[in-house]
Amino acid sequence: MSTTSSYGFQPTRFLTALIMLAIVIAALYIGFDLLRAQAVPERTDALAKFAQSIFDNATPAGKLINGIFAILLGVGGMAALFWAANGVVEELPETPKRWLLPYVFVGPMAVLLIFLYIIPTIRTVLLSFYDRDGEIFVGLQNYIDTFTVPDMWDSFRNTILWIVLGTFFCVSLGLLIATLADRSKFETVARAIVFMPMAISFVGAAVIFRFIYYYAPEGSNQIGLLNAIVTTFGRQPQAWLQYNQPWNNLWLIIVVIWMQTGFCMVIFSAALKGVPEELLEAGRIDGATEVRIFFNILLPYIWGTIVTVTTTIIIFMLKIFDLVMGMTGGQFSTEVIGTQFYRQLFANRNIGWGAAIATLLLIAVIPVMAYNLRQLAQNRK
Amino acid sequence: MASVTFEHVTKKYAGDVTAVKDLNISIADREFLVFVGPSGCGKTTSLRMLAGLEEISEGKIYIGDRVVNDVAPKDRDIAMVFQSYALYPHMSVYDNMAFGLKLRKVPKPEIDKRVKEAAGRLGIQHLLDRKPKQLSGGQRQRVAVGRAIVRNPAVFLMDEPLSNLDAKLRVQARAEISKLHQQLGTTFIYVTHDQVEAMTMGTRIAVMKDGLLMQIDTPQKLYDRPDNVFVAGFIGSPSMNLFDATLTGDGNDVYVDTGAFRVKIPETRAETYRSMRGKQVIFGLRPENIHDSNFTPPGIHSQEIEAEVEVTELMGNEVIVYLNSKGKSMLARVDPRTQAHVGNTVKVALNMDVFHIFDKQTEKAVR
Repeated sequence: MSTTSSYGFQPTRFLTALIMLAIVIAALYIGFDLLRAQAVPERTDALAKFAQSIFDNATPAGKLINGIFAILLGVGGMAALFWAANGVVEELPETPKRWLLPYVFVGPMAVLLIFLYIIPTIRTVLLSFYDRDGEIFVGLQNYIDTFTVPDMWDSFRNTILWIVLGTFFCVSLGLLIATLADRSKFETVARAIVFMPMAISFVGAAVIFRFIYYYAPEGSNQIGLLNAIVTTFGRQPQAWLQYNQPWNNLWLIIVVIWMQTGFCMVIFSAALKGVPEELLEAGRIDGATEVRIFFNILLPYIWGTIVTVTTTIIIFMLKIFDLVMGMTGGQFSTEVIGTQFYRQLFANRNIGWGAAIATLLLIAVIPVMAYNLRQLAQNRK
Repeated sequence: MASVTFEHVTKKYAGDVTAVKDLNISIADREFLVFVGPSGCGKTTSLRMLAGLEEISEGKIYIGDRVVNDVAPKDRDIAMVFQSYALYPHMSVYDNMAFGLKLRKVPKPEIDKRVKEAAGRLGIQHLLDRKPKQLSGGQRQRVAVGRAIVRNPAVFLMDEPLSNLDAKLRVQARAEISKLHQQLGTTFIYVTHDQVEAMTMGTRIAVMKDGLLMQIDTPQKLYDRPDNVFVAGFIGSPSMNLFDATLTGDGNDVYVDTGAFRVKIPETRAETYRSMRGKQVIFGLRPENIHDSNFTPPGIHSQEIEAEVEVTELMGNEVIVYLNSKGKSMLARVDPRTQAHVGNTVKVALNMDVFHIFDKQTEKAVR
């Protein structure tokens, strides 16, 4: 135990901390290299040989070891990095310490954000001005195409349908269920049931609903739930997802309502719990009916939450992709901006156009996002 | 304008909790009735039953001649001021006050007139455009009162409306509410846990404990003639000194023997207690009836005892002295010229004209 004062700068301790940090960084590098090495059979150095001998990705046991090692390295490595970096800063004199400490913790995340979000975004925007191979500068051609090709119009129309109908029903149903459940004895059960679809992945939901909407010609066995019901009542089976374009989009939107209403409900429930009971009682004594209380007291009280949830859902609807991909693959005029972007970039290999659509999507999200964040900041006040 | 009657009113909650037991009160028109008692005594529950915010388990509540058990709050012709004020946060002060009138479809000019008049009365005209968030505690309290008075209800209900104000404002608001009551000439029913508020504002006070009405009377009567030990201890600040004692004596004399000291009951009141000699009682004496023996007012029947001074609190106009007489503690409010100092043994005079005797078993007053 050192009895020297903890104040002031001690070079030896600082050096030790620095060495510690260096060791952690080196260990992290070697660890990740180990993981990488077994995926590159051409490598013949000692490290790669060692890696290939223990991580045989071909066997299930190897896969398991591989996975566990990756998780431990990722989580533990990050913790070790924070710990070691903090150790270095702790040894600095008071003033630089106070300055540097926040960056030690925010820094790694900021670096990740820059590499995973900022740089790709800038590259995407730049690429949107280039041709399909990303080599020849074409100016605004991709954007002009986006707004002039009829296929794209469909996508825009559908995305607007998703935003308007999807958001409206998710938010209003969520609010309605939250309000009703708030006064029910079965609140927990009701909320659990409505919330449950949230736990299913979109692709999973797509599979479920493809079965529900499944169409078989008249006379054959109807394995689709909806058509089974329809035919039971003596009506003709319908090809829900294929015919009656563009209204077939509604069948897709119903799926997302089924899934996302729970999210809205849970947040509204929490907000409604925050409304003081006395406020409602004051309303009742003032002469308001329950409906008036809902619209004149409850709704304004949780308005901030409603705005936040609505904008979150709008952004979500703008980006909708996997559900459409899983259910129709964008056929039967159900394409949305999200799937168009994917189709142009990966199916048609048109890098420029794909990037242009992605950029447009980004531009559309920004104002909603900004409003959302501003509302959040105001709520916090 | 209406009278209010509680007739055998009981409130039971699930799990066999009884919040109010067989409450019988009749409140006259224009009265200012204060429900007072410690928390959990059922005072707020009683008010909320009257407001229609809680169901009545048994019994009937009348407003005027009408049984209101099954009448919705909005149809009871009442207005309520809540402890938290419960102002609508998204509405301006004006809209807060006008909300109830709008719902009742009062014509716009009439609403405007009434809101402005109430605002003028409460001195909040300049705040009408503000939101509750921009108001101070005292201003919010006024708005809450304003929202109640624009409605011009038959009965005003107030649930601890001053408990969120600081001490100075509370005193001021107390007087304002009393003044309002005089001006409006409406029935006021007021709930508080603060006996000072109850004493200063109420025309009558209902003291409650554990769901039971302990006593209902005017402030002065409650103070002078408490019906039971609880009321004796609850009303008055500092509260009444209470001693376990035995009544003793022979011939015509009756003595109160607390074990620490023995005092004689004056002839004028001895008659009542003569038959109780040998019985265990609780002997009560208010602090202002214990005097420094050097400054005993003339013309009272007093008995001197010795006691040690433990603490003195100088108030300027009086001194509160914490006394200990052979293990029995008591408080005295004595003349500021007193020479009592901590550690001294002093002689104090107990004013035996105004003592209280309670039955030890029933805790009821014997007089």
